[in-house]
Amino acid sequence: MKLAARRRLANLGVLAPPLLWTMLFMFVPYAIMFAYSFYRKQFPIFIPDIQFGNYLLLLTDPQYYTVLLRTLKIALLVALASLFLAYPLAYFLVFKIRSARVRAGLYMAVIVPLWVSYLLRAYTWKTILGSQGVLNSFLVWTGLLSEPTDLLLYNQFSVVLTLTYIFIPFVVMPIYTALEKIPRNLVEASHDCGVGPVQTFLSVTLPLSVPGILAGVTFAFCLTFGDFVAPTLVGGPNATMIASVIQSQFGTALNWPLGAALSIVVLIIVLAIISLSDRFERAGRLNLG
Amino acid sequence: MSTLPSQPGIRRRRRADPSFWLLAGLASLILAFLYLPVVVLIVFSFNDNIVTTLPLKGFTWHWYQAMLANEDMLAAIGNSLYVATVATALTLVIGVPAAFAIDRADFPGKTAFRRLVMLPLTLPGIITGISMLNMFRMLGFNLSLETVIMGHGTALIAIVVTQVYARLQRFDRRLEEASGDLGGKPWQTFLMVTLPNIRSAVIGSGLLAFTLSFDEIPVTFFLTGRDNTLPMYIYSTLRRGITPEINAIGTIIVVVSLGLIFLSISLLRDPQRRPASAKPG
Repeated sequence: MKLAARRRLANLGVLAPPLLWTMLFMFVPYAIMFAYSFYRKQFPIFIPDIQFGNYLLLLTDPQYYTVLLRTLKIALLVALASLFLAYPLAYFLVFKIRSARVRAGLYMAVIVPLWVSYLLRAYTWKTILGSQGVLNSFLVWTGLLSEPTDLLLYNQFSVVLTLTYIFIPFVVMPIYTALEKIPRNLVEASHDCGVGPVQTFLSVTLPLSVPGILAGVTFAFCLTFGDFVAPTLVGGPNATMIASVIQSQFGTALNWPLGAALSIVVLIIVLAIISLSDRFERAGRLNLG
Repeated sequence: MSTLPSQPGIRRRRRADPSFWLLAGLASLILAFLYLPVVVLIVFSFNDNIVTTLPLKGFTWHWYQAMLANEDMLAAIGNSLYVATVATALTLVIGVPAAFAIDRADFPGKTAFRRLVMLPLTLPGIITGISMLNMFRMLGFNLSLETVIMGHGTALIAIVVTQVYARLQRFDRRLEEASGDLGGKPWQTFLMVTLPNIRSAVIGSGLLAFTLSFDEIPVTFFLTGRDNTLPMYIYSTLRRGITPEINAIGTIIVVVSLGLIFLSISLLRDPQRRPASAKPG
């Protein structure tokens, strides 16, 4: 009895700090934000007034829903672009490199940029794409352009390019893991049955790597969806994304309730995408036995 | 060894594989794409020209000297080191017990707790930053580097929890039972058996948290007062214009984080080949 009591006390000692911390710094802030989203702005303060005005505004004012749709579009483009670049890379590493050591080295080379400062990698694209930048001066130098163009920077293209670049490692990682798990003898069996390499890829390798694809695409999509740093650095007025709008609601626009409602919308979309991809993945796993 | 007869067949097929070179070319292009900005950053930190244009002019240390003379930037580096160090300590103090709780304890609301701890890993940083800003303002807190630390700590706990939890799952608990049977008190068992076995996961995830905190913008943006961290300083400088000084500090960051990355990866790698008992405290 005494021992059990003491063990329970020890358990409580271990449990209490993380529990208290998560309550105070995660649960309470999310709850406050949720409450704020129903407040109303009344200069210079916000008053509690339970109504759905903020949400209604988001859905009816084109100023907001166009940005939301654009963010969805950019996130989708980034997810697809990074998938098309990441898949061949992961496939090459897993199936074409025979030396385990070379494979591990190349894998490291792919994921290392992930940790070399997000900000610096976003910023460098500004110096590459700018009208006084590396690419422009290179094109003029080689004579491909007669004068620098400013078409490369401050648009949706530069945002998609920069974010794709930043998130590729996030997509390579899960696809690599999924491809590595595929039993080689399944591929060999398909070859032995006389099935060509393309058909084998389409009917064996690709379906078995779907969990990795889903995880990677979800990562890239969700990370893009909430990003405001890259759009600020390399995006123009036509590339404003939802997180930048949220940021301005908490800054210059000083409309916290609206900003909170936008944050809740982002939160719901991200969580919905994650659970959707979870469900797809589970369904896929059942199909493949 | 039943696969032996097919072995020569595989080899023949691979050697004549035309897709190898196609994929190799594609993979090299993508790798080049991944490293292009890093190379640009480093090359232009030594280029004797205020704009980042080709062709290169001359070699110079000027931007490194300018950086060392820039007191705002040095103060920002100091702030970043302070924030990252304390935030890392915080994530370990909260994250390691949290991993233990998820691995071993049974308590009501455990699933909800696990989901909540992991949430900042999947949610955009802006959500974490803004929700904490709301709370600090409601409580009447002034924003400072300390509120940034609390934000980073909260956002990065999930990193420590996932890594330490993964290691705990593979940890052979019979070792703890053996320690108990030999008369070890719970705290002795923890310090001399459990901790040494998860030590590399703790240190590795700590280094990872440090690197990520040093680089963090979204949470910092909303929770900082007058003091800037280095990424915030760079971010606000960039909106005014570009100077190669940023390339110089960037190059230093790249070199330092590469060092930290290799250190943390070698620590996080599972020491599977060594038997657990071969690592006494």
